[in-house]
Amino acid sequence: MKTIYLTIVLAPLIGAIIAGLFDVSRRVAHTVTIAGVGISFFLSLYVFKYIVIDGGAIFNETLYTWLVAGNIRFEVGFLVDQLTATMLLVVTFVSWMVHFYTIGYMHDDKGYQRFFSYISLFTFSMLMLVMSNNYMQLFFGWEAVGLVSYLLIGFWFTRPTAIYANLKAFLVNRVGDFGFLLGIAAVLMYFNSLNYAEVFAQAEQHKNTLIQIIPGQDWSLMTVICILLFIGAMGKSAQFPLHVWLPDSMEGPTPISALIHAATMVTAGIFMVARMSPLFELSPTALAFVITIGAITALFMGLLGLVQNDIKRVVAYSTLSQLGYMVVALGASAYGVAIFHLMTHAFFKALLFLAAGSVIIAMHHEQDIRKMGGLSKYMPITYWTSLIGSLALIGFPGFAGFFSKDLIIEAAHHAHEAGHLGNAGTFAYYAVLSGVFITALYSFRMFFLVFHGKERMDHHTQHHLHETPAVVTVPLIMLAIPSIFAGMIAIEPMIYKDYFGHAISFEHSPFAHKHFVSLFEFMWHGVKQLPFFLAMAGLITAILLYWELSFIPPFFRQIPAILAKKLSIIHQIMLNKYGFDRFNDWFFAGGSRNVGSFLSSAGDATLIDGVFVNGSAKLVAWFAGTVRHVQTGLLYHYAFAMILGLAFFLGTFVLYGSKLI
Amino acid sequence: MSFNLLPIAPEIFLLTMACIILLVDAYLSDESRDLSYQLVQGTLLGTTSLLWLTFPTQKTFILSSLVVIDPMGALLKLFIVATVFVVFVYSRNYLKARNFFKGEYFVLGLLATLGMMTMVSAHNLLIIYLGLELLSLSLYAMVAMHRDSSQATEAAMKYFILGAIASGMLLYGMSILYGVTGSLDLSVIAQKTAQLDGNKTFFAFGLVFLMVGLAFKFGAVPFHMWVPDVYQGAPTSVTMFISTAPKLAAFAMLMRLLIEGLPAMQAEWQQMLVILSVLSMAVGNIIAIVQSNIKRMLAYSTISHVGFLLLGVLTATQTGYAAAMFYTIVYALMGLGGFGMIVLLSRAGFEAENVVDFKGLNERSPWYAFIMLILMLSMAGVPPMLGFWAKLSVLMEAVHTGYLWLALVGVILSVIGAYYYLRIIWMMYFEKPLDNEPIVTTPDMQVALSANGLIILGLGMFPQALMMACVGSIG
Amino acid sequence: MIVLSDYLILSAVLFCISMAGIFINRKNLIVLLMCIELMLLAVNMNFVAFSHFNNDITGQIFVFFILTVAAAESAIGLAILVVLFRNRATINVADLDSMKG
Repeated sequence: MKTIYLTIVLAPLIGAIIAGLFDVSRRVAHTVTIAGVGISFFLSLYVFKYIVIDGGAIFNETLYTWLVAGNIRFEVGFLVDQLTATMLLVVTFVSWMVHFYTIGYMHDDKGYQRFFSYISLFTFSMLMLVMSNNYMQLFFGWEAVGLVSYLLIGFWFTRPTAIYANLKAFLVNRVGDFGFLLGIAAVLMYFNSLNYAEVFAQAEQHKNTLIQIIPGQDWSLMTVICILLFIGAMGKSAQFPLHVWLPDSMEGPTPISALIHAATMVTAGIFMVARMSPLFELSPTALAFVITIGAITALFMGLLGLVQNDIKRVVAYSTLSQLGYMVVALGASAYGVAIFHLMTHAFFKALLFLAAGSVIIAMHHEQDIRKMGGLSKYMPITYWTSLIGSLALIGFPGFAGFFSKDLIIEAAHHAHEAGHLGNAGTFAYYAVLSGVFITALYSFRMFFLVFHGKERMDHHTQHHLHETPAVVTVPLIMLAIPSIFAGMIAIEPMIYKDYFGHAISFEHSPFAHKHFVSLFEFMWHGVKQLPFFLAMAGLITAILLYWELSFIPPFFRQIPAILAKKLSIIHQIMLNKYGFDRFNDWFFAGGSRNVGSFLSSAGDATLIDGVFVNGSAKLVAWFAGTVRHVQTGLLYHYAFAMILGLAFFLGTFVLYGSKLI
Repeated sequence: MSFNLLPIAPEIFLLTMACIILLVDAYLSDESRDLSYQLVQGTLLGTTSLLWLTFPTQKTFILSSLVVIDPMGALLKLFIVATVFVVFVYSRNYLKARNFFKGEYFVLGLLATLGMMTMVSAHNLLIIYLGLELLSLSLYAMVAMHRDSSQATEAAMKYFILGAIASGMLLYGMSILYGVTGSLDLSVIAQKTAQLDGNKTFFAFGLVFLMVGLAFKFGAVPFHMWVPDVYQGAPTSVTMFISTAPKLAAFAMLMRLLIEGLPAMQAEWQQMLVILSVLSMAVGNIIAIVQSNIKRMLAYSTISHVGFLLLGVLTATQTGYAAAMFYTIVYALMGLGGFGMIVLLSRAGFEAENVVDFKGLNERSPWYAFIMLILMLSMAGVPPMLGFWAKLSVLMEAVHTGYLWLALVGVILSVIGAYYYLRIIWMMYFEKPLDNEPIVTTPDMQVALSANGLIILGLGMFPQALMMACVGSIG
Repeated sequence: MIVLSDYLILSAVLFCISMAGIFINRKNLIVLLMCIELMLLAVNMNFVAFSHFNNDITGQIFVFFILTVAAAESAIGLAILVVLFRNRATINVADLDSMKG
């Protein structure tokens, strides 16, 4: 099995190296990378069957010891259990689909080989992240996916907006990483190990450990560690208030928006918290923090989706909101549900992004939904797959999202009822509940504006509209399939059975002691509940407001504009994304630049450069210039130096009996 | 009493081949001189494989305990032979271009190698002395081989006179040790010194003289005066030889004399090493800054590296010795690369001896500029290069054994020292080349030099194996 | 009766003379070579004396080796001297300063 695991990781890396470092043709570039990721995918299938279905042995081994410092070992090792196997399948499948899709999407781009190299490298990094069995490798994968994300956001590096966006993503992620690194450092300090298994084994002992960071303030060790680690997750999974980079990351090419900024990398935070569930379970405070952040993100980022006009940004805000849902599930201790939603979301969100990309190709890289409309008759495959994706996203009964979202709401409800998280649970419950309505509204707003109604594009574009080629549509269809069925298939084993084994903490899950009767029962139960009605209400509102059907009075279509006018203050705030960007630009970016330029001129240029650096450099150079004259080039001086040295040693160690130092 | 000669089969093979090659070479014309070269390299490969085959797992004494065979010695010998092999690869074209591609050069090199291997395995003062002299005499002759160069002969004269003084002092120290203990055998000497309590004055007297001889061989301050002049004056290929393999042998000699022979005098030699180490790090790093001749600069750089490796030895712990050994090996690798680059840039009638000759190397050849970049960063001790781990391990050992102040001095001086390495990098990448002649080289040289650089990078990423080998061979 | 210390003092004196010769002499390289010989002889004196008073033969064997090596050493030294003279037409110690600093 070891060979298989290694191959899963290395195949994409080899593909990336061949496509990136050697001057290969386009055909070779996509062939090797697709082959590499394909190998990983099929092996992941096998691993999934072996571990999850056949209940094969869990693999937890160190493959290579990088270095040993004292009693701390820095290692490369794999932990492959049910959680990892699930992630492997999701990552390699979506990645593989995106690879195919890219052939069509990047067809005319100059950086074709570079792009393939990057996405394969990304796949490698993500696999390293999910397969690691220690914090060091986790951190490596964490940073490596961040690096590739950075490279890809700025893929079109001649566009100033892309450069701004990737710089922003980079800086915001540094904030998260800082917390993450501190968290790992805290783990290392108190557990004296970087290995998951060793850390988890000791976690119980530290349940009541108190530490003082500020003198006089006792803090629970587990809370501090968990919150620090979660700050890392907030950066990577774009949680409020570190969410600001994700919408801007849409500057990158669409395939990577689908792969990195929707399906896989941004879920690394969710995965990490699920992986650390034995730690998080020990700190209700941290869980309350987690659920609050998740709820804020789920609700408020969804709202922003309502006012966006860029097709990719709507999907991006939807991603933020859905990530918020997952985090709420984590906070409610329903880690399995979070992973479940992660999986279904990966499929339908990748689908939505790729469909958006398909629309963008057809529209000649026009992304404004106000300039689209009526595309359904030109692009039937894109239309139907988008419909499937949207229905899955809003949680229409039977579709993948229905099951996972319903469970999240139930978990939040449980947190609200149980009350162990205080008001945070209540807030989260109502936030995710109202989120359902908003999700349905913005999803179908976009859907109707793009695919139905008047054709608002210019004549030239309209003339050339046609369905995209098979390399684009086939991945859409491939992704549409799990978007429908993944929920039905996985719900019973993943949530109600002992699917994850000991991979994640299960005892505290709200579903631990419930039984799953039948799929039909679950759905029947679901449609009697509030979330279903909210979703339907959102859908109907969207139909009324945005679907230009002949029997709907035209008055309804004016409502959004009227609302925007009447509530112009709120509308403005939302258009400004609550002012986060402006505040960050002014306070953090501007402020730190001012502090920086002051320190640079006064501290660095004058004091450090002038006095310390140049001063000491001059001093050393002067000293060296003087001392070198001792080396006269004359033999008898050299001999004399040796004899002086001898005499000095003799004097010190023989006459004075050696106690010099 | 046993006469098992198998453990010293590599040495016997090397000696036999050296004699044969000397004879064969006498009958060769200048055109077919390549045969000698191939024979020499074959001999070294043969020696390597013999060393590999006879690699010991434990310490044994043979030939009336004149010779000791242990893993540390075997590992050092392996590296010595490998280093010499690479030196010869680098030398070939250099020698041909300067018209002294002679068999003597290689035979002298082989004999020096034999001397080094003898030093490494010696367990008796007499054998140490013989090994040392075999090495030194060969080196004197090699430095003087460029007979028409006035600088080379001056360097040879200086090296010879000072070397002879140093070995005279070493011998004087040995005679004192012999007088006090009545034996030349290191184990007996160790026993006798341990039994001797009270007045150690006479021992200290002998130890000081021994230390001078050792410090001279390493080029530790204040017995370093020969280093810059000889490095500068000798033909670059010889400089490369002097600066690499003999340091490994000197390390072995240090280990044999001080740790195996005089453990009872640890307090004294520790303090002597402290002085040597601090002075070497300081003088080496500081004077290197103002050098304009790159061979001279590397000479001072060597002196500073010697200071660092003594830092590992003076901790007097097993891990400290391992760290010092690791440092010595790493240093030999870096020295090979550094002088290899100078050889690469030199051609007939032109010695790339000045720091400014590296200007704009990136424009002339980005690949070699990259290799030089690796080498310079490694010498400066920048992570993740191999040199960083070497510095880190000796500094850590110093801290662990309570020499915090020494470690701090080391860190500060290595920061100062980083300047002159970074200056070369600056020149390579940010300045215009002074000379635009194409770089002439041969495939074997290209492969060896690239491998040399990449090994430093690669081992820097994964230093564990080499570190473990050192720790394993010492412990 | 001549005791051990007499020999040791004599050898120490020889050793000192040779060292003084090395750094006081600034004229002739050949004198340097002679001083080195003298230094080795001082060492030999030590070895022989110790060997005799310790009743141990190894010291005298060592002396044989030293003598042999010293011969080789002188050969190389003189060879270098000859080459040097051909290049520079001088064997003045003070002229050997083309490399310094």
